[in-house]
This record gives sequence, C-alpha cells and structure tokens, in this order.
Amino acid sequence: MRPTEARHEMERQLVFELPNDIRRIEDTVEFVVSRCMVCREVAHKLHLNFRVSLTEALSNAMIYGNRRDPAKRVRVEVYVRASSVTAQVSDEGPGFDPDEVPDPTVVGNRSRSHGRGLFLMRELMDEVRFNDSGNSVTLVLHLPETDAASDRAPA
Amino acid sequence: MAFSVSREGEVTVVDVTGQLIVGNRQELRQKVLDELRGGARRFLIDFTDTAYIDSSGLGVLVSLSKKIREAGGELRLSSLSEDLRTLFELTKLDTLFRIADSRQEGLEAD
Repeated sequence: MRPTEARHEMERQLVFELPNDIRRIEDTVEFVVSRCMVCREVAHKLHLNFRVSLTEALSNAMIYGNRRDPAKRVRVEVYVRASSVTAQVSDEGPGFDPDEVPDPTVVGNRSRSHGRGLFLMRELMDEVRFNDSGNSVTLVLHLPETDAASDRAPA
Repeated sequence: MAFSVSREGEVTVVDVTGQLIVGNRQELRQKVLDELRGGARRFLIDFTDTAYIDSSGLGVLVSLSKKIREAGGELRLSSLSEDLRTLFELTKLDTLFRIADSRQEGLEAD
C-alpha cells in the first residue's frame, strides 16, 4: 500500500490501492481511521460507524467483487472535510445490483450467516451510493459541526 | 487480535481481544469447533475486550450457534459494549442469541 496523501485548506485526501487480500483489511481500516481523526467529538462515529462500514466495503470488494482473485486490486479514496468523511471503494469485478440484496432482518433471513454487510453500511453511514455498474461504493459520514468548523463558516 | 479459550466449570469461555472481522473469523470458528468436537457443549464468548465486529464476525457467531445447538449445546454471549449491542440490535441478532450483561451472568446455569 503506497498511499498518496494531499492536504488542501479544507480537505485531506488519501488515495491508495490494496492487493485483494482480506488479511490486509484490519490494518487498512486502522490506517484510514488514524488519518480521519478530525476532532474528539467525531471520534465515536469514526470508531464504530466508519470503521465497520469501511471494513464491509473492503471485504465486499475483495470477496464478492474481485471474487478473492489475488491478481486483482481494490482502490480506496478517502476525503476528510470538516463536515464529512467520504470513502470510495472500487473493485475490478463486474458489479452487482444492490437493490437485489435481501433484508437480513426479516425473520426468515436472521439465521443466515451472510448478507448483513450492505445493510450495516446503510444503517451506519449517512449516505451509501453505488456507481451504475455496482463495482464502486461511496460511503459518506456527516460530522457534527465543531467549534473550529463553525469559526470558519461565513457570517 | 486474539482468541483465548479457557474453561470455567462446564463452560468453555472464549475471550475476543481486538476485532472479530472477516480476516480472523475462521480462526474463531476453528477454535470453537475444535472444542465442540472435543466434547464441550456449553460455550460463552466474552466481548469485554472487543473493539468492533463486522458482518462476517456476526455471521460466524450465527453459524457457530447453529452448530452448537445441533450438537445439543448452547452458545451465549456476554459483556457487549454499547456499540456492539447496537450492531446486534440493528441486525435483530439480539433476538437470536442469549446475551448476558456480564461474564458472570453468562456463566450461570439456568
């Protein structure tokens, strides 16, 4: 993983590619979260909501998108702003239709061992968007306005 | 991350330290299934030191619970943080598991 990191006045950008190896997910998530610690007020949302959702997006990309093919890669783009954290995770697979994924919380589906990843992303993030082909997901977490952010806001 | 297995009376206790996610779920699965094959029937997985669980981690708990029940045993969970409990509630898995507030409560017989 050789991330490129750019800082602009109001935004930090982090872009890198990962080999298709689920053993890399844990360290990758911790690395990204460490770069997103905007302030203590948002630490809790990053700790659970963002961490779990990014883990889901990476594992979906590696297992279902790239079908565990070690020759394929996963691209990660993260944008940290005062008001939001956005992560885009893209795989090299053919994509899928997110509307066809069954609801894991209905009684007949609860005892299944798979199928909760997309549901958790949608529950934990403020926005979850897919591209048309379904092989790239964008996760957006809105951050509560902080004193520092409101100081910069126009009057 | 690590999974440590110990015995407390008739209960096999597994402590999950760190994360239970896609990258390590098979390790937990293997440890519990080894104990099941060795004759253990009552299991308690304790999450006191667990930071977070992803959907794969939840899935392996569902799958282990089923296997243990089929063998005539029981899997209980204990010491979920507020965050972890939220994940179980969102996915309605709190209706599938017996979740104890503390390790001690999880160890108690019916």
